[in-house]
Amino acid sequence: MPASTIDGIRSAIAERQTTATALAHDFYTRIRQEDPEIGAFLTLCEERALAQAARIDALAAAGKALPSLAGVPVAIKDVMVTSGVRTTAGSKILDNFIPPYDCTAVARLEAAGAVILGKLNCDEFAMGSSTENSAYYPVHNPRDKSRVPGGSSGGSAAAVAAEMAVATLGSDTGGSIRQPASFCGVVGLKPTYGRVSRYGLIAFASSLDHIGPFAKTVKEVALVLRTIAGRDPMDSTSAEVPVPDYVAELEKPIKNLKVGVAKEYFGAGLDLEVRTAVETAIQKLAELGCEVVPVSLPHTEFAIPTYYIVATAEASANLARYDGVRYGFRAKANNLSEMYRLTRDGGFGMEVKRRIMLGTYALSAGYYDAYYLKAQKVRTLLTRDFDEAFKKVDVIAAPTCPTPAFRLGEKVNDPLAMYLADIYTVTANLAGIPGISVPCGENHEKLPIGLQLFARHFDEVTLLRVAHAYEQAIKCA
Amino acid sequence: MEVTDKDVAYVADLANLELTDEERAHMLRDLNSILEYVGRLSELETDNVAPMAQVSDRYGVDKSRQGSDRFAYAIREDVKDGLRKSLPHDVAVKNAPDTDGTFFEVPKVIER
Repeated sequence: MPASTIDGIRSAIAERQTTATALAHDFYTRIRQEDPEIGAFLTLCEERALAQAARIDALAAAGKALPSLAGVPVAIKDVMVTSGVRTTAGSKILDNFIPPYDCTAVARLEAAGAVILGKLNCDEFAMGSSTENSAYYPVHNPRDKSRVPGGSSGGSAAAVAAEMAVATLGSDTGGSIRQPASFCGVVGLKPTYGRVSRYGLIAFASSLDHIGPFAKTVKEVALVLRTIAGRDPMDSTSAEVPVPDYVAELEKPIKNLKVGVAKEYFGAGLDLEVRTAVETAIQKLAELGCEVVPVSLPHTEFAIPTYYIVATAEASANLARYDGVRYGFRAKANNLSEMYRLTRDGGFGMEVKRRIMLGTYALSAGYYDAYYLKAQKVRTLLTRDFDEAFKKVDVIAAPTCPTPAFRLGEKVNDPLAMYLADIYTVTANLAGIPGISVPCGENHEKLPIGLQLFARHFDEVTLLRVAHAYEQAIKCA
Repeated sequence: MEVTDKDVAYVADLANLELTDEERAHMLRDLNSILEYVGRLSELETDNVAPMAQVSDRYGVDKSRQGSDRFAYAIREDVKDGLRKSLPHDVAVKNAPDTDGTFFEVPKVIER
């Protein structure tokens, strides 16, 4: 592979050692070689990519300063809309959908010079933990093709792991960035809720949905976050909070930072090798000068039930828009009511229908208080757990997932077992705090294991600093 | 609370889903298994806990102000300031499954 880091690519283009166009062609060649066995991409947008690459090359030829992501080949989870480029959300109901505008995060990447190679496979409407719910084809884990890459951003993680893109964007509603990052052995960040605009992100559960980056290293992730973060008037939930220079802060020492460890993340169901790898990683943070402090997050066991009520309730409302009238698939029918039903029946896959049913049930008269209101109250308790813990510590360390990547087909017929794959990740979505997954070793089958770190709202700086220090420390070891 | 066939039919109706007989049987099984798991939430005493609908209240709300002014952060600038322009007509209907170029066409709504 040619230059594989963002800064390396930018300077290679600036110094005329390569061109953005040549690099884009190299990556497309690699995608054509590797992707048939992986299935990370749903759509390639070569015309758009090469036009952008030509713009960068013209800047370089004229000796002008290049923007921060100049010529960097990236790819986008297919739940973010791209003007003129098919966007499916992994669903047949949007099979032929060509959006008329760009997602803000995508537009910001392109404005910073990134070259968008294509759109990445995912679970339908980001609902799943294995990418087996894609209506097109499943994604295979590049580290072991008999295994899932995780989900729902399985294509985003696999594309980085297989070096088919330098960085990718994914979305995380209950762990959909961090869990696949862990399964594929790459870095994945879910920022604070409100840190990155959701404008143009196809909505699954609006109060839990986040956009975030994947890359091979923490530094690349920091560079992408710096590009996509910040207030966007098109999303009223994007926060008016200044964006620090995450990259400049990376090298600051982590000595004396307090790292919380919660026993609730090390209980029954945690694979022994994962536990050992994460405990070893925490020990490494102690060696780097952090103080390890026990904390308690007592409501953790209620996170999955809370999540599956809140997320499905919001999904049932968000997915009501797919009615076959303005865009997407439409079934043939004799009257309007039948058209809605047959369109939704034919357009949605089983998991999407299951979640719409669960969410509709939880919101329906007679059950609203028992399920939806109850879950919103427990969400408050879960958030308070973190508020209390962050009075004592700067970051919290935990496993990203209870197990390494499971086999394709292993959990497809047991929705509850699949939901439990998110047991350590959904809490950060409910509370809105940032979380990152960093590779922290492998099990005896060479399957990657992820260390998860959480930080306070809008404290991605500390989160990235600790993750970077850990990554550098194990690289040198 | 056990979900019944009748509940599945009722909820499918609310959600504008038809579902095959096989899908309904799956839904009955899955909803009961998931809701049984969710039922553990009732172990928690939450009478005096405020519900949390979203995270943005934490950073957006201006507690020094009264009434709806407290939530000024949530004003839709995109709508208020006209940032979100209407799509041109031809673009708006471009993805439509059925259009006469002016309107979205749908099957007959009122039977007479």
